[in-house]
Amino acid sequence: MKTLALLIKREYWEHRGGFLWAPVWISAVMIILTMLGIVVAETFNRGVQINMGVSLEQLRSSLGAHEIAQAANALDLAQLSFAGMTSIGVFFVTFFYLLGALYDDRRDRSVLFWKSLPVSDLATVASKALTALILIPLIALVVATLGYLVFALVVTTWVGVHGINALPALLAAHPIGMFTQLAMIVAAGVLWALPAVGWLLFWSAWSRSKPFLWAVMLPVIVLVLDGWVGMLGAPQAGGVLNLAHILGRLLFSIMPAGWLSAPGLGLKLGGNVSLGLDDEHVLASLGSGHLPALLASADLWIGVLAGLLLLAAAVWLRGRRIETTT
Amino acid sequence: MSAVIRARKLSKRYGSTVALDGVDLDVEAGRIVGLIGPNGAGKTTALKAVLGLTEFEGELSVLGMDPRRQRTRLMQEVCFIADVAVLPRWLRVGEALELVAGVHPRFSRDKAEAFLAHTRLKLDQRVRELSKGMIVQLHLALVMAIDARLLVLDEPTLGLDILYRKAFYENLLNDYFDEHRTILVTTHQVEEVEHILTDLVFMRDGRIALAATMDEVGERYVEALVNPDQADAARALAPLSERQVFGKSIFLFDGVARSRLAGLGELRKPSVSDLFVATMKGTYA
Repeated sequence: MKTLALLIKREYWEHRGGFLWAPVWISAVMIILTMLGIVVAETFNRGVQINMGVSLEQLRSSLGAHEIAQAANALDLAQLSFAGMTSIGVFFVTFFYLLGALYDDRRDRSVLFWKSLPVSDLATVASKALTALILIPLIALVVATLGYLVFALVVTTWVGVHGINALPALLAAHPIGMFTQLAMIVAAGVLWALPAVGWLLFWSAWSRSKPFLWAVMLPVIVLVLDGWVGMLGAPQAGGVLNLAHILGRLLFSIMPAGWLSAPGLGLKLGGNVSLGLDDEHVLASLGSGHLPALLASADLWIGVLAGLLLLAAAVWLRGRRIETTT
Repeated sequence: MSAVIRARKLSKRYGSTVALDGVDLDVEAGRIVGLIGPNGAGKTTALKAVLGLTEFEGELSVLGMDPRRQRTRLMQEVCFIADVAVLPRWLRVGEALELVAGVHPRFSRDKAEAFLAHTRLKLDQRVRELSKGMIVQLHLALVMAIDARLLVLDEPTLGLDILYRKAFYENLLNDYFDEHRTILVTTHQVEEVEHILTDLVFMRDGRIALAATMDEVGERYVEALVNPDQADAARALAPLSERQVFGKSIFLFDGVARSRLAGLGELRKPSVSDLFVATMKGTYA
């Protein structure tokens, strides 16, 4: 356990820029955009909709009980937006982290240093999988939450300058409840992301060059070929299996909360930020039993199995494919 | 003393290239073995097999373990420095200490820090900020602080200036080596290691061309500095090689009694590099 913890720390040392600073910058940009919006609002002295999922004008004018509830809900939505935006960053960071995790050290030969330590291939691969499954989304969630708190402070100060007390709205919001729900979504994502983590680590351990091409082009080629076979009138794999869904799971499941848009869970990743959630009751609709539906879906458990098999293959390859030359 | 390394019929091919061709090798504890051979002779492949970094055919036991199946346990007792390029460039000196201290049960952080105190390395420096020589110092500090039984060095001083090269082997000899440890080293800079070696192994085309202790080498091989008038007599004794220096011929003899050579001229022990050149004659032809 001590070794595993230290190996995960090692991953953090190497990739601090992606794991910590990427979500920090994303949150910072959102706060800066908010401030710019405030400046615009002040300059033209009229209500400008700030596109963070919360209308500042709404907050500013809200005073009645209903308005306070609305403003609180808007704040919850803002918290969701911070988590959502950093999640997009998490997806890209995790994607490229995993593709390089078992490849980059073979390319620059530092694998020979890692291999000189009494650390098993299983522990090495496990540390990289756990980093992707837990550490990266967890850091992002904590950063996003802190970013949201700064945002709330900025907004509170702004409306305070205009003589409006935002405290009732802040007290009516659910930062802790939201954090708990988001943390549970991230926790469920650990199981959901396994096939993608396995897939990307497998190609990372397998490739002698360009793991990206293997991991991404292979699914694309399979899809195109299957479509071509279908055009010839021959039986398609796509007729029996949902090929696009399977390949999509292998590539995109590392998106935190991506499982919320899985088929059969009743949520669609629409064009709007709200994920098709009930805009009036963000917290309530986040926590409304998606988790049991996920845990009961075959999609999840087939993916878990596939992910574990791919990870086992990655461990095996890690013991045999050492340098990328010779 | 039991054998630290015992190889029987060790073979390995890469496609149609034979890297190791039935190598038998025994290394006892407390030896410093120089594995010397031309490029492509199979030295690195042999080291990789010992370290469990490659598949092979034949039998191989290192410290009584199978390097393929018991790699993780083996690495508690074996250290290796591949060459200067292998420390990860993003790693900080302090992180390297923390990491090895955490995963290696036989690592002494105090020893490593004591060694680093004699260098210009700072704990917050990254490997990519260090010169080649400093990277080797760091790697050596890590390795010397591990209480290992076998140390494998593959071209450890490649690309270093002479000050670092000398210091490297001095540190190794004075502060690290003792009768319980064994060092297996490959290098092309034969002159620098020959005075520290106890055993010599020449490899050529995946086979062992010569395996002997340095004492045996001294008994078996003799170099004679012969004046031109005696040259034909010397040639009659079937020397391994002949070269000309300052009007004299230098002949290298293998297993010819000193009494028979005494009349030819001055006798001396050949250097390992001269012996190597004579043994490897025609390798690249």
